[in-house]
Amino acid sequence: MRVVIRSLGELCITAGAIVVLFVLYELWGTGQYTRAQQDRLGDELMRDWRAPKVTTEKVSLGKGLAMIRIPRFGAKYHFVVIEGVDRADLRKGPGHYPGSALPGEVGNFVVSGHRTTYSAPFNRLGELRLGDRILIDTRDEQYVYKITDRRIVRPSAVEVTAPVPFHPGRRPRERMITLTTCHPKYSAAQRMIIFGELTERLPRAAAGK
Amino acid sequence: MYAWIWRRLPGTWQVKTAVAAVLLIVAGLLLWYVVFPWLDPRLQFDHGVVDGTPSTPARPG
Repeated sequence: MRVVIRSLGELCITAGAIVVLFVLYELWGTGQYTRAQQDRLGDELMRDWRAPKVTTEKVSLGKGLAMIRIPRFGAKYHFVVIEGVDRADLRKGPGHYPGSALPGEVGNFVVSGHRTTYSAPFNRLGELRLGDRILIDTRDEQYVYKITDRRIVRPSAVEVTAPVPFHPGRRPRERMITLTTCHPKYSAAQRMIIFGELTERLPRAAAGK
Repeated sequence: MYAWIWRRLPGTWQVKTAVAAVLLIVAGLLLWYVVFPWLDPRLQFDHGVVDGTPSTPARPG
């Protein structure tokens, strides 16, 4: 009897230790993976941008598309935006919905990212205020978007990704950006959506970096 | 359980301690690099995408 109880106790302690290790993995280990991928994709992107122009502009899935910067999160904040929003893509960093507008285009440039785990690129999206800037660096230009709205929506609210958000099928006239992430933190119950509008386009070289 | 393993380990207590440490590290690495990456998508609690239908995205603008 004593042996059984002791074994049970040991198993429980072991299970507890494994759970603690798993939490560490989620919070820190997953970010390690993302940082490695971001470094690799960032280098790749810089190399591509320095290279002479290529004719095809289309970025293949899983590759870097642009660089996102949000001054409110500090000068150092930047992530390579990946083309694609599959699980594997979002592990590497924020992902651009394939088929939604490209940076600076008329329509809606939709980017999704993790709020927690995997370096949590969109962790602090809740701190953004109306009028804050979102900078999107591309090969030649830096697009400056100003935040116009923030919403909490159901996870099924795909209409936020429409070219004219909430009006699927309507013809877009404006150049929008939409960021989506989960809400509240550590939950998948809702989504937080940030909307912005293009206000400026600068040559990337002049914008710095 | 652990007492049983300890008795099965060969050698003096120094050797036993070393072997036990190695076993512990191997178990840890196995969890970290094999089990947890496999488990993570199954328990995924952080969904940033609106409704897992990225294959039918909005039309380009």
